[in-house]
Amino acid sequence: MVGENKFFDEMSGHNGTVRDAYAAYHDWFAEQDAERLTKKSQDAETFFRRTGITFNVYGQSEAQERLIPFDLVPRILAQREWTKLAKGIEQRVAAINAFLHDIYNRQEILRAGRVPKHLIAGNEAFLPQMLGFSPPGQVYTHIVGTDIVRTGEGDFFVLEDNARTPSGVSYMLENRETMLQMFPELFAKIKVQPVSDYPKNLRRSLAACAPSSAGSKPTIAVLTPGIYNSAYFEHSFLADQMGAELVEGHDLRVVDGHIAMRTTQGYKRIDVIYRRIDDDFLDPLTFNPESMLGVPGIMDVYRAGNITIANAPGAGIADDKAIYSYMPDIVEFYTGEKAILKNVETWRCGEPGALQYVLDNLKDLVVKEVHGSGGYGMLVGPAASKKELATFAEKLKAKPGNYIAQPTLSLSTVPIFTESELAPRHVDLRPFVLVSPQGINIVPGGLTRVALAKGSLVVNSSQGGGTKDTWVLED
Amino acid sequence: MLGKTAGGLYWMFRYLERTENIARLIEAGFRIALTRSTDAESEWKSVVTTSGVSAGYAAKYDNYTSTNVVDYLLRDTSNPSSVISVTGAARDNARLVRTALTTEVWEAVNETWMTLTELLANPVRETELPSVLNTIRQQSALVRGALHGTMLRNDIYDFSRIGTFIERADNTARIIDVKYYTLLPNTSFVGSSLDNVQWETVLRSVSAHRSFRWLGESEMTASGIADFLILDRRLPRSLSFCISQIVSNLDYLAEDYGERHACHEMAEKIQSRLKNRDIESIFDEGLHEFITAFIRDINSLGQQIESDFRFGG
Repeated sequence: MVGENKFFDEMSGHNGTVRDAYAAYHDWFAEQDAERLTKKSQDAETFFRRTGITFNVYGQSEAQERLIPFDLVPRILAQREWTKLAKGIEQRVAAINAFLHDIYNRQEILRAGRVPKHLIAGNEAFLPQMLGFSPPGQVYTHIVGTDIVRTGEGDFFVLEDNARTPSGVSYMLENRETMLQMFPELFAKIKVQPVSDYPKNLRRSLAACAPSSAGSKPTIAVLTPGIYNSAYFEHSFLADQMGAELVEGHDLRVVDGHIAMRTTQGYKRIDVIYRRIDDDFLDPLTFNPESMLGVPGIMDVYRAGNITIANAPGAGIADDKAIYSYMPDIVEFYTGEKAILKNVETWRCGEPGALQYVLDNLKDLVVKEVHGSGGYGMLVGPAASKKELATFAEKLKAKPGNYIAQPTLSLSTVPIFTESELAPRHVDLRPFVLVSPQGINIVPGGLTRVALAKGSLVVNSSQGGGTKDTWVLED
Repeated sequence: MLGKTAGGLYWMFRYLERTENIARLIEAGFRIALTRSTDAESEWKSVVTTSGVSAGYAAKYDNYTSTNVVDYLLRDTSNPSSVISVTGAARDNARLVRTALTTEVWEAVNETWMTLTELLANPVRETELPSVLNTIRQQSALVRGALHGTMLRNDIYDFSRIGTFIERADNTARIIDVKYYTLLPNTSFVGSSLDNVQWETVLRSVSAHRSFRWLGESEMTASGIADFLILDRRLPRSLSFCISQIVSNLDYLAEDYGERHACHEMAEKIQSRLKNRDIESIFDEGLHEFITAFIRDINSLGQQIESDFRFGG
């Protein structure tokens, strides 16, 4: 792979020279037989199917269950790259928690004029029910999945702060398991930091956030919408790995001011709920009255301090795309330091000058819905047809406040294995961050998502993205 | 354990047991169809009746050919008791209780579902039927082996076993119910070859045709077979065997939880009607009445267990 790379390739940089972090892997790969690797790749798929690591795609009744394609070439980060990244993430996540506590209590940042009031007050993700309340341990975002993209040797950007219910950690764990099974010799040769402690740390972190009335061994439950949810595999996987109960809303009710689950021996109290349903569905008495997924009355129990809900209701205001552009200010406001990690340049289309700029440069920009997720409702300018651009421009003009725009990033690439050779594909990274009163814990690495189609920038699993094992090397 | 989990385990194992039972019924029916083509139609009809899907079948077909019956019982998704539907339901329940299962059990169930979905994607030709039925049986054995070999003997195991034996008791009782007239001691065709074929079919439907012979009952008699299927405590599909398994597993639960429920009494009452009993007294009571009452009781027991251990919403 010698020559000029238009995009920064994490294996071979811009000029085709293998970077240090990949040197040992590259040597190993050069000795491998392509046929054997193809066979291994098929084995991995069989393994994923057999163990049921599958997901459902919304709006697709056929092909009910799909696999997230797994690529066998790891994404490798040097210890020193990771240390810097982790520091930046920790700073940002700490700021997010301080921001949430402030927004729901004294609102200093609004009074200081660093974040405009209307962005909070008029925001669906802001929950007035949380005002004047402090959750157990003062933790709002127990689990965060900070999406990071890279454009060059030292250029990392935060793309999104997923502060609600970030998913994907089960894939991170299973990807490593798969790699260990497929290529044990590789791990003997190259020292990679383990990720397998995550479930144990998650349990410990959630337990540390239990209400003060809970005993020394708090009961933890994962709340899932059920077996037809696209992320059900992950819900059951995490419950299993943590030794927690896996519950649905109808297993729970309020008993004597606590949340209790219906067991074969009557109702039993639970202390911490790791919920994998949205705020809106949590409590039909407080939020969406149609919700069948939540627990009627849970918000009263919560406000009485008798249950921990992770992440806290209303935490979504921190990862709202309209708030995102203020994040450097938010970090500075609460930590007194400059943000270590950069934001991607962002135009808020609600601002008149910005709207004009975005309309004029639509073909070069990525435009996102403020409340969208999973890559839906998003325009990738360079990949769009003239007609698509025109249609989107109309939508933008009709509701400019609904959109933000960002430049098309030159996302870094990592090679994937295609039948016989290595081919560069764009990637992002989602490290997983645990927050408790005892501190912030980040699993080394995270989930690398890769856009499998040549040239594509969309890494979402619902739209043709795959995953890779992510290695942080030991020094 | 969550009530929902107990329910999921119970139903998962009922469905898995049902898969195997349907395969066995088809196998017995297919044998008759091959060897005695004149009896085929009525034999297939009783297979459909025994499976408890007569109404659904009759709404779709007006004859009982082996092609139609086999298709309906194996791969018709509109039939909630077809192998394909039941395998899917078993796997859905396994997903629901994933955290209660060992990797081995989960993978066995998931593999069963993948294998059977693929196997039953297209109509099964008669020449392929034996191997398809064989695969269904093998997959069943795989799940059972994983259960026995890897699961802790705790409440999870108890609920799994209770589901298995409620379903099995119901199945054996239905087979006797549909064929009870061939088992009466004084039917008109005693000793005829028709008898032998019918009896053998009944025994095959519960995989007991060889064990019956092993036990040295040199002569096949109606009362001998009825005795075997209802009262024999060595036969793993007899009513007596099933109910004593249910009673033991319920007892383990009572011991574990320190609490007895209405279902415990109910199960013991059903068991007491089979204990120290000889087949003659059952014939005196009326075989048909006895079996009908048993089916009713075993189903009420199932419901009582569901409510005592809070399976439902």
